[in-house]
Amino acid sequence: MNTFADRFSTTTAASQLRHAQKLAEEEEFDATMWGSSAGFGSLTKGVPTFTVPAVPDPTAFLRLHTDDHADPSCRIKIKHGTTTLAFRFQGGVIVAVDSRATAGSYIASGTVKKVIEINPYLLGTMAGGAADCQFWETYLGMHCRLHELRNRERISVSAASKYLSNLVYSYKGMGLSMGTMICGWDKTGPAVFYVDSDGTRLKGDLFAVGSGSTFAYGVLDQGYRWDLTDEEAQELGRRSIYAAGHRDAFSGNTCNLYHVKEAGWTFLGNYDISQMHYEGPGDVPGAPGGGYGYDIRVEGRNSSDPPEEAAAA
Amino acid sequence: METSFAITGKGYVIVAADTTASRSIVKMKVDEDKIKTLSPHLLMAYSGEPGDTMQFAEYVERNIRLYQIRNLYALRPSAAASWIRRSLAESIRSRKPYAVNLLLGGYDTATHTPHLYWVDYLGTMTEVPFGAHGYGSYFALSLLDRYHDPEASLEEGLATLKRCIEEVSKRLVVAPGNYKVKVVDKNGVREVEL
Repeated sequence: MNTFADRFSTTTAASQLRHAQKLAEEEEFDATMWGSSAGFGSLTKGVPTFTVPAVPDPTAFLRLHTDDHADPSCRIKIKHGTTTLAFRFQGGVIVAVDSRATAGSYIASGTVKKVIEINPYLLGTMAGGAADCQFWETYLGMHCRLHELRNRERISVSAASKYLSNLVYSYKGMGLSMGTMICGWDKTGPAVFYVDSDGTRLKGDLFAVGSGSTFAYGVLDQGYRWDLTDEEAQELGRRSIYAAGHRDAFSGNTCNLYHVKEAGWTFLGNYDISQMHYEGPGDVPGAPGGGYGYDIRVEGRNSSDPPEEAAAA
Repeated sequence: METSFAITGKGYVIVAADTTASRSIVKMKVDEDKIKTLSPHLLMAYSGEPGDTMQFAEYVERNIRLYQIRNLYALRPSAAASWIRRSLAESIRSRKPYAVNLLLGGYDTATHTPHLYWVDYLGTMTEVPFGAHGYGSYFALSLLDRYHDPEASLEEGLATLKRCIEEVSKRLVVAPGNYKVKVVDKNGVREVEL
Protein backbone atom coordinates (compact mmCIF):
# COMPACT_ATOMS: atom_id res chain seq x y z
CA MET A 1 0.00 0.00 0.00
CA ASN A 2 2.77 2.33 0.94
CA THR A 3 4.64 1.79 -2.31
CA PHE A 4 1.42 2.46 -4.20
CA ALA A 5 0.86 5.69 -2.26
CA ASP A 6 4.49 6.73 -2.77
CA ARG A 7 4.27 6.34 -6.51
CA PHE A 8 1.51 8.90 -6.90
CA SER A 9 2.22 11.18 -3.99
CA THR A 10 3.93 14.50 -4.69
CA THR A 11 5.15 15.25 -1.19
CA THR A 12 7.07 12.15 -0.05
CA ALA A 13 10.84 11.81 -0.13
CA ALA A 14 10.57 9.29 -2.95
CA SER A 15 8.67 11.63 -5.22
CA GLN A 16 11.00 14.50 -4.49
CA LEU A 17 13.91 12.28 -5.42
CA ARG A 18 12.12 11.37 -8.65
CA HIS A 19 11.61 15.04 -9.34
CA ALA A 20 15.27 15.75 -8.61
CA GLN A 21 16.43 12.99 -10.90
CA LYS A 22 14.27 14.33 -13.68
CA LEU A 23 15.70 17.81 -13.21
CA ALA A 24 19.26 16.52 -13.23
CA GLU A 25 18.64 14.67 -16.46
CA GLU A 26 17.05 17.63 -18.17
CA GLU A 27 19.28 20.48 -17.11
CA GLU A 28 22.99 21.00 -17.36
CA PHE A 29 24.22 23.20 -14.54
CA ASP A 30 27.00 25.63 -15.34
CA ALA A 31 30.18 26.18 -13.37
CA THR A 32 28.86 29.15 -11.41
CA MET A 33 26.64 26.80 -9.47
CA TRP A 34 29.56 25.25 -7.66
CA GLY A 35 31.36 28.35 -6.54
CA SER A 36 31.99 32.03 -7.21
CA SER A 37 29.01 34.38 -7.39
CA ALA A 38 29.67 34.93 -3.67
CA GLY A 39 28.49 31.43 -2.95
CA PHE A 40 25.01 32.17 -4.21
CA GLY A 41 25.66 30.89 -7.71
CA SER A 42 23.72 27.79 -6.79
CA LEU A 43 20.51 29.80 -6.63
CA THR A 44 20.58 30.89 -10.27
CA LYS A 45 18.92 27.74 -11.46
CA GLY A 46 17.11 26.69 -8.34
CA VAL A 47 18.42 24.53 -5.57
CA PRO A 48 21.08 22.09 -6.81
CA THR A 49 20.20 18.45 -6.96
CA PHE A 50 22.13 15.26 -7.40
CA THR A 51 21.46 11.95 -9.04
CA VAL A 52 20.36 9.12 -6.82
CA PRO A 53 21.02 5.41 -7.38
CA ALA A 54 18.08 3.90 -9.29
CA VAL A 55 17.23 1.35 -6.65
CA PRO A 56 14.14 0.97 -4.45
CA ASP A 57 15.94 2.11 -1.26
CA PRO A 58 18.79 4.54 -1.99
CA THR A 59 19.61 4.93 1.72
CA ALA A 60 20.25 1.25 2.21
CA PHE A 61 22.23 1.20 -1.01
CA LEU A 62 24.46 4.01 0.22
CA ARG A 63 24.93 2.35 3.58
CA LEU A 64 25.84 -0.94 1.93
CA HIS A 65 28.77 0.69 0.19
CA THR A 66 29.94 3.15 2.83
CA ASP A 67 29.48 1.45 6.21
CA ASP A 68 33.04 0.92 7.35
CA HIS A 69 32.09 -0.78 10.61
CA ALA A 70 29.89 -3.46 9.15
CA ASP A 71 32.16 -4.15 6.19
CA PRO A 72 35.76 -2.89 6.30
CA SER A 73 36.18 -3.79 2.63
CA CYS A 74 33.39 -1.46 1.51
CA ARG A 75 34.11 0.36 -1.74
CA ILE A 76 33.49 3.96 -0.69
CA LYS A 77 35.36 5.07 2.38
CA ILE A 78 33.89 8.24 3.82
CA LYS A 79 36.51 10.53 5.33
CA HIS A 80 36.40 10.35 9.13
CA GLY A 81 38.78 10.99 11.98
CA THR A 82 39.28 14.47 13.30
CA THR A 83 39.85 16.59 16.32
CA THR A 84 37.90 19.79 16.70
CA LEU A 85 37.27 21.88 19.78
CA ALA A 86 35.59 25.08 20.80
CA PHE A 87 35.18 26.77 24.14
CA ARG A 88 33.60 29.87 25.53
CA PHE A 89 35.41 32.09 28.01
CA GLN A 90 35.50 35.64 29.33
CA GLY A 91 37.13 36.95 26.12
CA GLY A 92 34.92 35.25 23.53
CA VAL A 93 35.13 31.86 21.84
CA ILE A 94 38.23 29.91 20.84
CA VAL A 95 37.85 27.48 17.94
CA ALA A 96 40.72 25.12 17.15
CA VAL A 97 40.83 22.18 14.75
CA ASP A 98 43.34 19.82 13.16
CA SER A 99 43.70 19.48 9.39
CA ARG A 100 44.01 15.75 8.64
CA ALA A 101 41.56 13.81 6.46
CA THR A 102 41.83 10.03 6.53
CA ALA A 103 40.10 7.38 4.42
CA GLY A 104 40.66 4.17 6.32
CA SER A 105 44.36 4.00 7.13
CA TYR A 106 45.26 6.40 4.32
CA ILE A 107 45.96 10.08 5.00
CA ALA A 108 43.97 11.62 2.17
CA SER A 109 44.95 15.19 3.01
CA GLY A 110 46.85 17.19 5.59
CA THR A 111 45.57 20.61 4.63
CA VAL A 112 41.83 20.43 5.20
CA LYS A 113 39.99 23.56 6.34
CA LYS A 114 37.83 22.18 9.11
CA VAL A 115 36.55 25.54 10.23
CA ILE A 116 33.75 26.74 7.98
CA GLU A 117 33.39 30.50 7.92
CA ILE A 118 29.63 30.80 7.77
CA ASN A 119 29.67 34.60 8.00
CA PRO A 120 31.83 37.19 9.82
CA TYR A 121 30.15 36.35 13.13
CA LEU A 122 29.60 32.61 12.82
CA LEU A 123 31.97 29.69 12.55
CA GLY A 124 31.15 26.03 12.11
CA THR A 125 33.50 23.11 12.67
CA MET A 126 33.81 19.97 10.58
CA ALA A 127 33.84 16.42 11.93
CA GLY A 128 32.38 13.34 10.31
CA GLY A 129 31.59 13.53 6.61
CA ALA A 130 33.59 16.41 5.12
CA ALA A 131 31.16 16.97 2.28
CA ASP A 132 28.13 16.87 4.57
CA CYS A 133 29.58 19.51 6.89
CA GLN A 134 30.86 21.72 4.13
CA PHE A 135 27.65 21.65 2.12
CA TRP A 136 25.15 22.03 4.93
CA GLU A 137 27.06 24.67 6.83
CA THR A 138 27.45 26.76 3.67
CA TYR A 139 23.75 26.25 3.08
CA LEU A 140 23.16 27.37 6.67
CA GLY A 141 25.13 30.52 5.79
CA MET A 142 22.69 31.30 2.98
CA HIS A 143 19.76 31.04 5.35
CA CYS A 144 21.51 33.17 7.96
CA ARG A 145 21.85 35.88 5.29
CA LEU A 146 18.18 35.55 4.34
CA HIS A 147 17.31 35.91 8.02
CA GLU A 148 19.31 39.16 8.12
CA LEU A 149 17.57 40.53 5.04
CA ARG A 150 14.12 39.61 6.31
CA ASN A 151 14.53 40.73 9.91
CA ARG A 152 17.11 43.54 9.62
CA GLU A 153 19.02 41.82 12.38
CA ARG A 154 21.75 39.23 12.63
CA ILE A 155 20.65 35.72 13.44
CA SER A 156 21.46 34.48 16.93
CA VAL A 157 23.86 31.57 17.33
CA SER A 158 21.06 29.70 19.02
CA ALA A 159 18.69 30.17 16.07
CA ALA A 160 21.35 29.34 13.48
CA SER A 161 22.29 26.13 15.25
CA LYS A 162 18.62 25.22 15.69
CA TYR A 163 18.11 25.72 11.97
CA LEU A 164 20.95 23.31 11.23
CA SER A 165 19.84 20.79 13.81
CA ASN A 166 16.26 20.76 12.44
CA LEU A 167 17.65 20.42 8.94
CA VAL A 168 19.86 17.42 9.68
CA TYR A 169 17.13 15.86 11.80
CA SER A 170 14.86 15.85 8.77
CA TYR A 171 17.47 13.66 7.06
CA LYS A 172 17.89 11.33 10.05
CA GLY A 173 18.57 7.74 9.08
CA MET A 174 19.51 8.70 5.53
CA GLY A 175 23.25 8.51 6.04
CA LEU A 176 24.29 12.06 6.97
CA SER A 177 27.33 12.13 9.23
CA MET A 178 28.19 15.40 10.98
CA GLY A 179 29.47 16.45 14.37
CA THR A 180 29.76 20.18 14.45
CA MET A 181 30.08 23.13 16.74
CA ILE A 182 28.37 26.36 15.74
CA CYS A 183 30.24 29.19 17.39
CA GLY A 184 29.71 32.91 17.35
CA TRP A 185 28.92 36.13 19.11
CA ASP A 186 25.39 37.52 19.27
CA LYS A 187 23.23 39.77 21.49
CA THR A 188 23.70 37.33 24.37
CA GLY A 189 27.51 37.35 24.05
CA PRO A 190 29.77 34.47 23.08
CA ALA A 191 27.97 31.19 22.32
CA VAL A 192 28.85 27.63 21.40
CA PHE A 193 26.37 24.99 20.27
CA TYR A 194 27.11 21.35 19.50
CA VAL A 195 24.98 19.92 16.69
CA ASP A 196 25.25 16.41 15.26
CA SER A 197 23.54 14.34 12.62
CA ASP A 198 21.60 12.33 15.23
CA GLY A 199 19.73 15.58 15.80
CA THR A 200 21.40 16.34 19.14
CA ARG A 201 21.84 20.04 19.85
CA LEU A 202 23.57 21.14 23.04
CA LYS A 203 24.41 24.56 24.40
CA GLY A 204 27.62 24.61 26.39
CA ASP A 205 30.90 26.20 27.38
CA LEU A 206 33.32 23.59 26.11
CA PHE A 207 33.13 20.86 23.50
CA ALA A 208 35.56 18.61 21.66
CA VAL A 209 34.40 16.44 18.76
CA GLY A 210 36.02 13.66 16.76
CA SER A 211 38.23 10.64 17.25
CA GLY A 212 40.88 12.72 19.03
CA SER A 213 38.39 14.50 21.29
CA THR A 214 39.23 12.42 24.38
CA PHE A 215 42.88 13.47 24.16
CA ALA A 216 41.91 17.09 23.62
CA TYR A 217 39.55 16.96 26.62
CA GLY A 218 42.40 15.63 28.78
CA VAL A 219 44.38 18.83 28.28
CA LEU A 220 41.45 21.21 27.78
CA ASP A 221 39.51 20.33 30.95
CA GLN A 222 42.59 20.63 33.13
CA GLY A 223 43.59 24.02 31.77
CA TYR A 224 40.13 25.57 31.38
CA ARG A 225 38.81 28.45 33.48
CA TRP A 226 36.17 31.04 32.58
CA ASP A 227 38.55 33.93 33.35
CA LEU A 228 41.34 32.80 31.01
CA THR A 229 43.06 35.73 29.28
CA ASP A 230 42.88 35.87 25.46
CA GLU A 231 46.50 34.72 25.17
CA GLU A 232 46.05 31.87 27.68
CA ALA A 233 42.90 30.71 25.93
CA GLN A 234 44.52 30.71 22.49
CA GLU A 235 47.46 28.75 23.88
CA LEU A 236 45.10 26.23 25.51
CA GLY A 237 43.29 25.66 22.20
CA ARG A 238 46.54 25.12 20.35
CA ARG A 239 47.95 22.90 23.09
CA SER A 240 44.82 20.71 23.16
CA ILE A 241 44.82 20.15 19.41
CA TYR A 242 48.52 19.33 19.63
CA ALA A 243 47.77 16.70 22.32
CA ALA A 244 45.18 15.07 20.08
CA GLY A 245 47.38 15.31 17.00
CA HIS A 246 50.13 13.60 18.94
CA ARG A 247 48.11 10.75 20.45
CA ASP A 248 45.37 10.10 17.85
CA ALA A 249 46.50 8.50 14.59
CA PHE A 250 43.51 9.97 12.74
CA SER A 251 44.29 13.56 13.70
CA GLY A 252 47.33 15.69 13.05
CA ASN A 253 49.32 17.65 10.48
CA THR A 254 48.40 21.22 11.43
CA CYS A 255 46.18 23.22 13.77
CA ASN A 256 43.94 26.08 12.65
CA LEU A 257 43.07 28.58 15.34
CA TYR A 258 40.23 31.13 15.41
CA HIS A 259 39.11 33.61 18.04
CA VAL A 260 35.56 34.99 18.01
CA LYS A 261 35.13 38.37 19.66
CA GLU A 262 32.34 40.92 19.74
CA ALA A 263 33.45 42.35 16.39
CA GLY A 264 33.42 38.92 14.71
CA TRP A 265 35.93 36.16 14.23
CA THR A 266 39.62 36.47 13.45
CA PHE A 267 41.88 33.77 12.07
CA LEU A 268 44.98 33.56 14.26
CA GLY A 269 47.10 31.12 12.35
CA ASN A 270 48.04 27.70 11.12
CA TYR A 271 50.48 25.78 13.30
CA ASP A 272 52.37 22.65 12.27
CA ILE A 273 51.92 19.94 14.90
CA SER A 274 55.38 18.39 14.43
CA GLN A 275 56.87 21.84 14.76
CA MET A 276 54.86 22.46 17.94
CA HIS A 277 56.21 19.14 19.25
CA TYR A 278 59.87 20.03 18.76
CA GLU A 279 60.03 23.84 18.77
CA GLY A 280 56.68 25.12 19.98
CA PRO A 281 54.24 27.27 18.00
CA GLY A 282 56.80 30.03 17.41
CA ASP A 283 56.61 33.62 18.57
CA VAL A 284 52.92 33.88 19.38
CA PRO A 285 51.22 35.43 22.41
CA GLY A 286 50.62 32.92 25.21
CA ALA A 287 53.23 30.38 24.10
CA PRO A 288 55.59 29.39 26.92
CA GLY A 289 58.54 28.90 24.56
CA GLY A 290 59.99 25.51 23.76
CA GLY A 291 58.35 22.41 22.31
CA TYR A 292 55.15 20.85 23.66
CA GLY A 293 56.52 17.30 23.30
CA TYR A 294 56.92 15.27 26.49
CA ASP A 295 60.52 14.26 25.79
CA ILE A 296 61.39 17.82 24.80
CA ARG A 297 59.70 19.25 27.89
CA VAL A 298 61.41 16.89 30.37
CA GLU A 299 64.77 16.68 28.62
CA GLY A 300 67.62 16.16 31.07
CA ARG A 301 65.31 15.32 33.99
CA ASN A 302 65.18 11.81 35.43
CA SER A 303 63.58 9.86 38.25
CA SER A 304 66.53 8.12 39.82
CA ASP A 305 67.09 9.02 43.45
CA PRO A 306 70.59 8.05 44.55
CA PRO A 307 71.56 8.61 48.20
CA GLU A 308 73.97 11.50 48.85
CA GLU A 309 77.19 9.47 49.10
CA ALA A 310 76.37 7.50 45.95
CA ALA A 311 75.68 10.71 44.07
CA ALA A 312 78.99 12.16 45.21
CA ALA A 313 80.95 9.07 44.19
CA MET B 1 35.23 -0.19 32.60
CA GLU B 2 38.56 -1.24 34.03
CA THR B 3 41.15 1.48 34.22
CA SER B 4 44.66 1.56 35.65
CA PHE B 5 47.35 4.23 35.83
CA ALA B 6 50.99 4.33 36.87
CA ILE B 7 53.34 7.29 37.22
CA THR B 8 57.02 7.51 38.01
CA GLY B 9 58.53 10.35 40.01
CA LYS B 10 61.70 11.18 41.91
CA GLY B 11 62.58 7.81 43.44
CA TYR B 12 59.16 6.17 43.31
CA VAL B 13 56.43 4.65 41.17
CA ILE B 14 52.75 5.17 41.93
CA VAL B 15 50.43 2.42 40.68
CA ALA B 16 46.66 2.89 40.76
CA ALA B 17 43.89 0.56 39.66
CA ASP B 18 40.13 0.81 39.97
CA THR B 19 38.51 -1.54 42.48
CA THR B 20 35.41 -2.73 40.63
CA ALA B 21 34.94 -6.30 39.53
CA SER B 22 32.13 -6.46 37.02
CA ARG B 23 30.33 -9.10 35.02
CA SER B 24 28.25 -7.91 32.08
CA ILE B 25 26.52 -4.73 33.27
CA VAL B 26 26.63 -5.68 36.94
CA LYS B 27 29.21 -4.58 39.51
CA MET B 28 29.93 -7.79 41.47
CA LYS B 29 32.39 -6.25 43.92
CA VAL B 30 33.50 -2.67 44.63
CA ASP B 31 36.64 -3.18 46.73
CA GLU B 32 38.68 -5.65 44.72
CA ASP B 33 42.46 -5.16 44.96
CA LYS B 34 43.88 -5.51 41.44
CA ILE B 35 47.47 -4.60 42.36
CA LYS B 36 49.70 -7.45 43.50
CA THR B 37 52.94 -7.05 45.43
CA LEU B 38 55.29 -9.43 43.64
CA SER B 39 58.41 -8.73 45.68
CA PRO B 40 59.57 -6.17 48.28
CA HIS B 41 60.11 -3.58 45.53
CA LEU B 42 57.76 -4.66 42.75
CA LEU B 43 54.08 -3.94 42.10
CA MET B 44 51.85 -5.28 39.34
CA ALA B 45 48.46 -3.86 38.33
CA TYR B 46 46.51 -6.29 36.18
CA SER B 47 43.35 -5.98 34.10
CA GLY B 48 41.64 -7.83 31.28
CA GLU B 49 39.55 -10.96 30.84
CA PRO B 50 37.97 -11.97 34.16
CA GLY B 51 39.40 -15.28 35.33
CA ASP B 52 42.55 -14.95 33.26
CA THR B 53 43.62 -11.94 35.31
CA MET B 54 43.61 -13.70 38.69
CA GLN B 55 45.07 -16.93 37.31
CA PHE B 56 47.92 -15.18 35.57
CA ALA B 57 48.64 -12.78 38.42
CA GLU B 58 48.88 -15.64 40.91
CA TYR B 59 51.06 -17.66 38.52
CA VAL B 60 53.45 -14.72 38.24
CA GLU B 61 53.34 -14.00 41.95
CA ARG B 62 54.33 -17.57 42.85
CA ASN B 63 57.09 -17.86 40.29
CA ILE B 64 58.66 -14.58 41.38
CA ARG B 65 58.44 -15.82 44.99
CA LEU B 66 59.97 -19.16 43.99
CA TYR B 67 62.93 -17.38 42.44
CA GLN B 68 63.42 -15.46 45.65
CA ILE B 69 63.34 -18.62 47.79
CA ARG B 70 65.80 -20.44 45.55
CA ASN B 71 68.26 -17.57 45.16
CA LEU B 72 67.78 -15.65 48.39
CA TYR B 73 67.35 -12.39 46.50
CA ALA B 74 64.53 -10.99 44.37
CA LEU B 75 64.64 -10.30 40.64
CA ARG B 76 65.31 -6.69 39.71
CA PRO B 77 62.36 -4.92 38.07
CA SER B 78 63.73 -5.18 34.52
CA ALA B 79 64.44 -8.90 34.91
CA ALA B 80 61.03 -9.59 36.44
CA ALA B 81 59.34 -7.61 33.67
CA SER B 82 61.22 -9.55 31.01
CA TRP B 83 60.19 -12.87 32.54
CA ILE B 84 56.55 -11.77 32.80
CA ARG B 85 56.52 -10.48 29.23
CA ARG B 86 57.92 -13.75 27.99
CA SER B 87 55.21 -15.67 29.88
CA LEU B 88 52.58 -13.61 28.06
CA ALA B 89 54.36 -13.96 24.71
CA GLU B 90 54.37 -17.75 25.10
CA SER B 91 50.76 -17.65 26.27
CA ILE B 92 49.50 -15.74 23.21
CA ARG B 93 50.95 -18.49 21.02
CA SER B 94 49.18 -21.26 22.95
CA ARG B 95 45.75 -22.87 22.54
CA LYS B 96 44.23 -20.71 25.26
CA PRO B 97 46.06 -17.41 25.81
CA TYR B 98 45.79 -15.22 28.87
CA ALA B 99 44.10 -11.91 27.96
CA VAL B 100 45.78 -9.80 30.63
CA ASN B 101 47.24 -6.29 30.52
CA LEU B 102 49.77 -5.20 33.08
CA LEU B 103 51.53 -2.21 34.58
CA LEU B 104 54.69 -3.19 36.41
CA GLY B 105 56.15 -0.65 38.77
CA GLY B 106 59.37 -1.39 40.59
CA TYR B 107 62.22 0.27 42.40
CA ASP B 108 65.69 -0.96 41.51
CA THR B 109 67.62 -0.86 44.80
CA ALA B 110 70.92 -1.40 43.00
CA THR B 111 70.70 1.73 40.85
CA HIS B 112 68.24 3.68 43.03
CA THR B 113 65.99 4.15 40.03
CA PRO B 114 62.26 3.58 39.71
CA HIS B 115 61.11 1.62 36.67
CA LEU B 116 57.70 1.32 35.05
CA TYR B 117 56.81 -1.19 32.37
CA TRP B 118 53.67 -1.14 30.25
CA VAL B 119 52.79 -4.67 29.11
CA ASP B 120 49.78 -5.86 27.11
CA TYR B 121 48.25 -9.28 26.47
CA LEU B 122 50.05 -9.60 23.13
CA GLY B 123 53.39 -9.60 24.90
CA THR B 124 54.25 -6.01 24.04
CA MET B 125 56.48 -4.45 26.66
CA THR B 126 57.83 -0.94 26.85
CA GLU B 127 59.44 1.07 29.61
CA VAL B 128 57.56 4.32 30.11
CA PRO B 129 57.61 7.34 32.44
CA PHE B 130 53.84 6.95 32.86
CA GLY B 131 51.31 4.47 31.57
CA ALA B 132 47.64 3.57 31.55
CA HIS B 133 45.34 0.76 30.49
CA GLY B 134 41.63 0.76 29.69
CA TYR B 135 39.34 3.55 28.51
CA GLY B 136 40.87 5.89 31.07
CA SER B 137 44.05 5.96 28.99
CA TYR B 138 42.28 7.96 26.27
CA PHE B 139 41.90 10.86 28.69
CA ALA B 140 44.92 10.38 30.95
CA LEU B 141 47.72 10.03 28.41
CA SER B 142 47.34 13.47 26.85
CA LEU B 143 46.99 14.91 30.33
CA LEU B 144 50.19 13.21 31.47
CA ASP B 145 52.03 14.31 28.30
CA ARG B 146 51.21 17.81 29.53
CA TYR B 147 51.61 17.58 33.31
CA HIS B 148 53.90 14.64 34.20
CA ASP B 149 57.23 15.53 35.82
CA PRO B 150 59.85 12.79 36.23
CA GLU B 151 61.36 14.69 39.16
CA ALA B 152 58.09 15.31 40.98
CA SER B 153 57.89 14.70 44.74
CA LEU B 154 55.44 12.05 45.97
CA GLU B 155 52.89 14.74 46.88
CA GLU B 156 53.12 16.24 43.38
CA GLY B 157 52.90 12.77 41.82
CA LEU B 158 49.76 11.97 43.80
CA ALA B 159 48.28 15.33 42.78
CA THR B 160 48.90 14.47 39.12
CA LEU B 161 47.31 11.04 39.63
CA LYS B 162 44.32 12.77 41.18
CA ARG B 163 43.99 14.97 38.07
CA CYS B 164 43.86 11.82 35.92
CA ILE B 165 41.23 10.19 38.09
CA GLU B 166 39.12 13.36 38.21
CA GLU B 167 39.35 13.82 34.44
CA VAL B 168 38.24 10.24 33.83
CA SER B 169 35.34 10.58 36.30
CA LYS B 170 34.33 13.82 34.56
CA ARG B 171 34.35 12.56 30.98
CA LEU B 172 34.06 8.78 30.87
CA VAL B 173 30.50 7.44 30.87
CA VAL B 174 31.53 4.11 32.42
CA ALA B 175 34.02 5.60 34.87
CA PRO B 176 34.98 3.46 37.84
CA GLY B 177 34.13 4.80 41.29
CA ASN B 178 37.06 3.90 43.50
CA TYR B 179 40.77 3.34 43.06
CA LYS B 180 43.40 1.58 45.10
CA VAL B 181 46.73 3.39 45.05
CA LYS B 182 50.08 1.85 45.94
CA VAL B 183 53.56 3.31 45.97
CA VAL B 184 56.90 1.58 45.63
CA ASP B 185 60.10 3.37 46.57
CA LYS B 186 63.36 2.67 48.40
CA ASN B 187 61.44 1.73 51.54
CA GLY B 188 59.41 -0.90 49.69
CA VAL B 189 55.71 -1.10 48.95
CA ARG B 190 52.86 0.66 50.70
CA GLU B 191 49.26 1.62 50.11
CA VAL B 192 48.32 5.29 50.17
CA GLU B 193 45.02 7.13 50.47
CA LEU B 194 44.32 9.82 47.89
